[in-house]
Amino acid sequence: MTTTAVRKDGPAAVTPTPTIGGHFRNYLSRVRGGDVGALPAVLGLIVLCTVFAIMRPSSFLSAGNFANLFTQGAAVTLIAMGLVFVLLLGEIDLSAGFASGVCAAVLANVVTVLGYPWWVAVLAAVATGVVIGTTLGMLVAKIGIPSFVVTLAGFLAFQGVVLLLVKDGTNISVRDDVLVAIANRNLGPTLGWALTALAVVGYATVQLLRHRTRAARGLITDPIAVVALRIGGLAVILGAAVYVLNLERSRNVLISSLKGVPIVVPIIAVLLIIWTFVLQRTSYGRHIYAVGGNREAARRAGIGVDRIRISVFVICSSMAAIGGIVAASRANSVDPNTGGSNVLLYAVGAAVIGGTSLFGGKGRVLDAVLGGAVVAVIENGMGLMGYTAGVKYVVTGVVLLLAASVDALSRRRAAATGTR
Amino acid sequence: MSATPLLELRGIDKSFGPVQVLRDVALTVHPGEVTALVGDNGAGKSTLVKCISGIHPTDAGEFLFNGEPVHIGSPRDAASLGIEVVYQDLALCDNLDIVQNMFLGREKRSGIVLDEPTMEQLAAETLAGLSIRTVTSLRQHVSSLSGGQRQTVAIAKAVLWNSKLVILDEPTAALGVAQTAQVLELVRRLADNGLAVVLISHNMNDVFAVSDRIAALYLGQMVAQVKTTDITHAQVVELITAGRSGGLGLATDPGSNGDGPQPADSTSGGVR
Ligand SMILES: Nc1ncnc2c1ncn2[C@@H]1O[C@H](COP(=O)(O)OP(=O)(O)O)[C@@H](O)[C@H]1O
Ligand SMILES: [Mg+2]
Repeated sequence: MTTTAVRKDGPAAVTPTPTIGGHFRNYLSRVRGGDVGALPAVLGLIVLCTVFAIMRPSSFLSAGNFANLFTQGAAVTLIAMGLVFVLLLGEIDLSAGFASGVCAAVLANVVTVLGYPWWVAVLAAVATGVVIGTTLGMLVAKIGIPSFVVTLAGFLAFQGVVLLLVKDGTNISVRDDVLVAIANRNLGPTLGWALTALAVVGYATVQLLRHRTRAARGLITDPIAVVALRIGGLAVILGAAVYVLNLERSRNVLISSLKGVPIVVPIIAVLLIIWTFVLQRTSYGRHIYAVGGNREAARRAGIGVDRIRISVFVICSSMAAIGGIVAASRANSVDPNTGGSNVLLYAVGAAVIGGTSLFGGKGRVLDAVLGGAVVAVIENGMGLMGYTAGVKYVVTGVVLLLAASVDALSRRRAAATGTR
Repeated sequence: MSATPLLELRGIDKSFGPVQVLRDVALTVHPGEVTALVGDNGAGKSTLVKCISGIHPTDAGEFLFNGEPVHIGSPRDAASLGIEVVYQDLALCDNLDIVQNMFLGREKRSGIVLDEPTMEQLAAETLAGLSIRTVTSLRQHVSSLSGGQRQTVAIAKAVLWNSKLVILDEPTAALGVAQTAQVLELVRRLADNGLAVVLISHNMNDVFAVSDRIAALYLGQMVAQVKTTDITHAQVVELITAGRSGGLGLATDPGSNGDGPQPADSTSGGVR
């Protein structure tokens, strides 16, 4: 079965190996056909950063503020990464925000009230997320209640659970060194560079190996120049970010030095890599897309649809738990509003702004990170410009609507230009 | 025409609750031949196919595969015998590409990682083996394909698994003239490659264009199974609408009202 001879008149061989120009023309025609991907998020990010950089050059562009963006956006981004899985099935989890609050409250209780070590608390929080997700998923997949209703009920109930777990409705402080470090400490500059190098080399290895295997088998490959461009692009972006984060950002170096990559960054990066691998490179991930695209087709293909539907809620709530841990770390405490107010809408907004479709079947974990960056920049920039919380909510709401419109319109466009 | 039929059904009965949909149905399917299964809406064609593919259990009857009695209790049993079905409503995912659709649920892996190059190669070989040249890239999403191309992918998916019997439920119902011709040509090629093919169709032109044999179902009964060359258009239409035609079909009037599904009221309840 290794005949390259067959390939010669095989259908794929009809198209010659694309050139760089051809590659970009393909990309443009995909965009015009409605497959905009992460383009709106990237453009939005550039526009927003430019605007804020002009309006508040000294504060927005400072190294300290750049580092702030990561710690500010981390919790929402982590929750959004889990939401992508639920959205891929065309479902929704409105309870993810307060689920993260419940898990954070469990964390605080275990570590502060009961006095267990940090890792027991983390395990307890994540386990709570797994239990929550399993329950939600069962109600949706086995009983057949629409996810909107199940998770709306969860939204209310979990809000109550947080209140019950945080006795007297005040707060529980989190003072454990390791837990506090997650959202408040940085990697040493050398370690930051080492991890960056590892990431770039790892990415390059994966890309080049893939290119070589495909070329060796006579399959169509992206032009090597495009592959090189991707690797170079990643190296430049990561390099620039790490360089800035490694600058001294303490107001008074004599008192304390403050520099390095915030610890949440490698945490998000590792989860991004793991979940991207799961979605793109395993049959489980393939089946998630299939169930999101056409549930009946997936069922006939022998895929355990219920199992997939339950599992995405488990992933979502577990990621919410991790988001909750980061939020608790950043605030040094858990209160009844942890995971509340705007957290859920910011997370849904992040996923959708990044390019994940609300209609199911389309989305990547990277979308949550890009969209999370957009949300963080809006929140941060508008704060620097002195706008009140009211204005920030309105603007974020409008941005979410914009993103949802792009999603709906690109779907219509795809329906009009494709045959369906 | 070969001596042992690939698949032989005898005395198949199937009821849904009080409604008997299939009554004492017999069917023989030979390798290298296209057997057209015809019948009015609600005659039980889709139900018969679902019995063969293991989706519905039968109430009575025998299955012989290559002359051996077999039991088909699930779609997996059918698949392991080499029976593949292309359903009336195409079971494709719009958001996946051609290769991903062809291997859906049966992905090739190395370790836990999907083996994309192997799947892409096998898909290309299958399409090349069927002389399919209408798709330009194996990596294009199925949503961007025309109806005929989608049907082509669905058929290629069915033959990817060394299948011996491919059943197509009204594959041309939603297609235009040119695309219908393409798909029929492909159906013919499957049989010429040695597969047994069962083609369900309403369209007499299609049936006479590609089939070797015609099996006519009338209100759940197999009223005739004849070689296509031995029968005329008009006779087939009579078999479909009245259950008999001259010496063919039912001997007596079957219309002892009430105990069989009526074609008129079953069009909406049928499997789409
Ligand atoms: N799952 C089912 N439950 C009850 N009745 C069914 C079911 N599937 C089909 N039927 C009935 O069986 C009869 C034959 O249907 P079908 O096999 O779909 O006919 P055809 O494909 O020939 O149009 C119809 O009367 C239909 O209503
Ligand atoms: Mg039918």
